[in-house]
Amino acid sequence: MKKTYKIDVDCANCANKMEDAAKKTAGVKNAVVNFMTLKMQVEFEEGHEPKAVMQEVLKNCKKVEDDCEIFL
Amino acid sequence: MNKKQKKMLIRILAAAALMVGLSFLPVEGGLRFLLYLIPYFIIGYDILRKAFKGIKNRQPFDESLLMSIATIGAIAIAVCDDGDYTEAIAVMLFYQIGEWFQSYAVGKSRRNISELMDIRPDYANIEINGKLEQVDPDEVEVGSVILVQPGEKVPIDGIILEGSSTLNTSALTGESLPREAGPGDEIISGCINMTGVLKIRTTREFGESTVSKILDLVENASSRKSKSEDFITKFARVYTPAVVYCAIALGVLPPLVRMIGMGLSPDWGTWIYRALTFLVISCPCALVISIPLSFFAGIGGASKEGVLVKGSNYLESLSQTKYLVFDKTGTLTQGVFEVNGVHHAALEEEKLLEYAALAESASSHPISKSLQKAYGKGIDRSRVWDIREISGEGVTAVVDGVPVAAGNEKLMKRLGVESVPCHHTGTIIHMAVDEKYAGHIVISDIVKPHSKEAVAALKRAGVEEIVMLTGDDHRVAESVGASLDIDRIYAELLPGDKVEKVEELLGEKKGKGKVAFVGDGINDAPVLSRADIGIAMGAMGSDAAIEAADVVLMDDDPLKIAKAIKISRKCLKIVYENIWFAIGIKIICLFLGAVGIANMWLAIFADVGVMILAVLNAIRALFVKKL
Repeated sequence: MKKTYKIDVDCANCANKMEDAAKKTAGVKNAVVNFMTLKMQVEFEEGHEPKAVMQEVLKNCKKVEDDCEIFL
Repeated sequence: MNKKQKKMLIRILAAAALMVGLSFLPVEGGLRFLLYLIPYFIIGYDILRKAFKGIKNRQPFDESLLMSIATIGAIAIAVCDDGDYTEAIAVMLFYQIGEWFQSYAVGKSRRNISELMDIRPDYANIEINGKLEQVDPDEVEVGSVILVQPGEKVPIDGIILEGSSTLNTSALTGESLPREAGPGDEIISGCINMTGVLKIRTTREFGESTVSKILDLVENASSRKSKSEDFITKFARVYTPAVVYCAIALGVLPPLVRMIGMGLSPDWGTWIYRALTFLVISCPCALVISIPLSFFAGIGGASKEGVLVKGSNYLESLSQTKYLVFDKTGTLTQGVFEVNGVHHAALEEEKLLEYAALAESASSHPISKSLQKAYGKGIDRSRVWDIREISGEGVTAVVDGVPVAAGNEKLMKRLGVESVPCHHTGTIIHMAVDEKYAGHIVISDIVKPHSKEAVAALKRAGVEEIVMLTGDDHRVAESVGASLDIDRIYAELLPGDKVEKVEELLGEKKGKGKVAFVGDGINDAPVLSRADIGIAMGAMGSDAAIEAADVVLMDDDPLKIAKAIKISRKCLKIVYENIWFAIGIKIICLFLGAVGIANMWLAIFADVGVMILAVLNAIRALFVKKL
């Protein structure tokens, strides 16, 4: 399943870091962050609840870039 | 400017004013140090905090860390020799100005581009109990009747029930000529109704409508990253740590060598200063921001021209197109039959056409339609008697009491009339009137008005070989090919053969050149997806084509293909300019910094200046009108 979230982040490199962090989160199959449109597209693995996974994604993203936001 | 940007601007101005003011104050020593710390913290506190958090989270290598080390180092050196604090503050100040500018420019182009694509309708008008109500287009069911008033956007695809109007399709196709529409016509969402009130029966849900599909496609386009973007991401990942280690080496090794190996004084201050310069230069932001921005602007500019590119990667491939394969019907030709000429007419040409149109009046075949169109007047069926269709040959009928036959050579032979063969290509309709040969009418699929120009433009744009595939017979194919200057022609192909031919070309191509296939979106989805780049044209409203193709041309003008290639070339040129420019300047400055020629000020230019120039250059990709 794929879902798209609006995000807020200031720099392109930070967006790349968020992408990395999201990809490494358990339950995430793939993630693409689009800095230009400020959107994050997350593909979830089977059997994972997107809401719970996104909480983790947000936590991991905050770790690498504390100035970021994901609008869940 | 948003709130964050405003706050930043105030910080920048305050720090700059303080820094200048302090340089006039006659204070010395510790007090001077403390006073200078005020502007430093005003401008740099968030950077320092970020750097600290980065270390805490074991993600230390980023710009904030570089800037923090460099400025703290510069301050330390200044404390030691009670020197110049302004350098450290200036580094931080310019870094922040750069960041501010970047965020402003990106925000601005983001808005510009979303304005370009501002075709999303906000509401639909539905008549409920005789009153007009505005509802969310998402809630309108298929088959509902909606009302579109002059000046409004058509929210959902449908068929016009009542009313006629002029439609502005420029937001969808880039075509500025308005289009007329009346009852029974299909209408696609995203057009702007200019003159009359239209009643429309919807044929799709909002989510399935053209406008939603297009928006979806363009918004997701820059998520498919190009090779250049991947390269930059990887480059930045290696580059930053590498420069940090180099800087450490530069700050530590030469003094040690001088001290131990050569017996000279270590000169720590100089070498650490050089190492710090190194760090300031090293920031990869110019690259990291300008490359995606170029692609985003390029895709935005292209969509303004009615060329939808599904991803940065396709824009990149498009710029490398060396072979362009056309599926003839519907791309180079109109796919509609038209009377091209009347030859050897024994009667007046118009009279002959009239007979032909009347004799064929019972048929709904495209050919008889084209005859009726060429005749141009209403058909009075009462003038025609005794119509007989002879399958595979033609028709015979009695028109105004005169026996008329219209068909191929076989029909003429059967009637015992000697026909004159035609040396033109196309479908030939021989006519016999009153049992005598009366000439023939040539009907063919006509070439689009811009096709020849388009082929020439493509060659000028650097496409090496233009290939045409068609299911038509050789004679038709060759005459079209010759008139358009096409390099290679394959005729009499079945749909499956087209895939094979494209595969052949894929095998034949050398190096980086890409094979693009242009189809009209009907029956060619497999070929579209097999080619390096599938281009579907005239695709408004055709789902299959939008799905299968990588590049979608909203109208069916072949000139747009050349335009699309030019847009992609311009965009990629800008991308490479930025890559070479940014990396080049950085390497030169790193070298100058290592040997001690570059000071902190040059380092700031190499960082912030290059970034600003690269961003400005990237925005150029948005301007594609004159290409």
